[in-house]
Amino acid sequence: MYPSDLKYAKEHEWVRVDGDTATIGISDFAQDQLGEVVYVDLPSEGDEATAGDSFGEIESVKSVSELFAPVSGEIVKVNDALDDAPETVNEDPYGEGWMIVVKLSDPSQLDELMDSSAYEAFVAEEA
Amino acid sequence: MSGEELKRTPLFEEHVALGARMVPFAGWEMPVYYGGIIEEHNAVRTSAGMFDVCHMAEFRVFGAAAADALQGLLTNDIRRISEIGDAQYTLLCDEDGHVIDDLIVYHTGEHEYMIIANASNRAVDWEWLDARLPESVERVDESDRTALIALQGPRALSVIEELTGDDFELPSRFQVTGADLDDVPVLLARTGYTGEDGVEIVSHSSHAVQIWRLLLSFPEVTPCGLGARDTLRLEMGYALYGNDMDRTVDPISAGLGWAVAMGKGDFVGRDPIADVKARGPERRLVGLTVPDGIPRHGYPVLHGDREVGTVASGGFAPSLGHGIATAYVPAALSVEGTRLEVAIRRKVVPAVVTKPPFVRDTSLSRG
Repeated sequence: MYPSDLKYAKEHEWVRVDGDTATIGISDFAQDQLGEVVYVDLPSEGDEATAGDSFGEIESVKSVSELFAPVSGEIVKVNDALDDAPETVNEDPYGEGWMIVVKLSDPSQLDELMDSSAYEAFVAEEA
Repeated sequence: MSGEELKRTPLFEEHVALGARMVPFAGWEMPVYYGGIIEEHNAVRTSAGMFDVCHMAEFRVFGAAAADALQGLLTNDIRRISEIGDAQYTLLCDEDGHVIDDLIVYHTGEHEYMIIANASNRAVDWEWLDARLPESVERVDESDRTALIALQGPRALSVIEELTGDDFELPSRFQVTGADLDDVPVLLARTGYTGEDGVEIVSHSSHAVQIWRLLLSFPEVTPCGLGARDTLRLEMGYALYGNDMDRTVDPISAGLGWAVAMGKGDFVGRDPIADVKARGPERRLVGLTVPDGIPRHGYPVLHGDREVGTVASGGFAPSLGHGIATAYVPAALSVEGTRLEVAIRRKVVPAVVTKPPFVRDTSLSRG
């Protein structure tokens, strides 16, 4: 449920590091808590993400939630496919449901994030 | 409501066993969905869905003077349900002509009426009615011992027919009749809140689980939570008390003038309502189509750079794939096709005044 090659934030985003870039999405726990996702509002390529700040919003039928950036950097890719198929976030949160790719400006921020076992324990406490 | 113990319907354990996500609603712990709101919504539009609505209030009013007494307290004309088995949507208004609650009144027997009211208004309605009904009219709050399960969708009636047998004649739309489901005595009311055909099943609360399981045994029936109930009713533009009307608004402004019989004689709230009708309301509740976002309760409605109203009910319409809402706007901006905007947090998106229902092709409209 929580892939071990990812890092996790307390706001339930995940990060997949590849060299100096990081792909960001939300965890399986987060998508399950939200229910069916019907709208994802993402920033544009070239915008800056700041760790701890909102980079977008995600809406289910019942609720609206902010998306928080786990790391800082320039946004180099945005998953525009979520415009037409927001439900992908539910169906494949760690794959096709990714949201943005950032070029890491401060890789040391990764050390603040949880590994999968720490995140699993964190979720168990929150649930 | 915080700090108070949430109430549970007789079906609570059934919901838990089905894996429902439970939420607080009007003082009750209710299922918001089992699998997902959209799939439950679609089940009702295409097959059949069942809803636990046991939280709703049921009052019985009876006696030779019952009809006349209700005629003076409710806005609709009770003479239109003079036959036993008739039912009617109506409003309870205060002396200012503001809406206390919306109700369905069922003519269940000789000088006997059953009123179904919103769960959140049970105490207020009861006190209001109890204080104003004459002594000769008996009244009982039967909410605690009454179960209500709604079965709605294009395949709802075939399920009921299978349970009642060939000889049974289903009630017509807005009619109620007694029946036996699996030897359980029930009232079958051909009413609902989804825009689909179907019934609402009234029984003693001790039989709720049996009926629930009986309906669930049909593969075409999906258990549905309050989430789908809300998206279904919003697509039809059905008013939700507390969102679309309350003690600050009259029925004419709320678009519920069709449930007010001005010509029937006096009733509580008549004169102020007649004034609004004569003058024309300053603000009207309209439907809004919002293609590029999801409007929600309380969001500002704009015209140019001016804030002109507020979203009353809003959300994602699963049958349409985009946002819809109701909102109070100045009468001059209430004309169908008027272009407005809704402020959805950080951005402003277009909204077009649309006459509900938003979804027109349903089993109810097909007849």
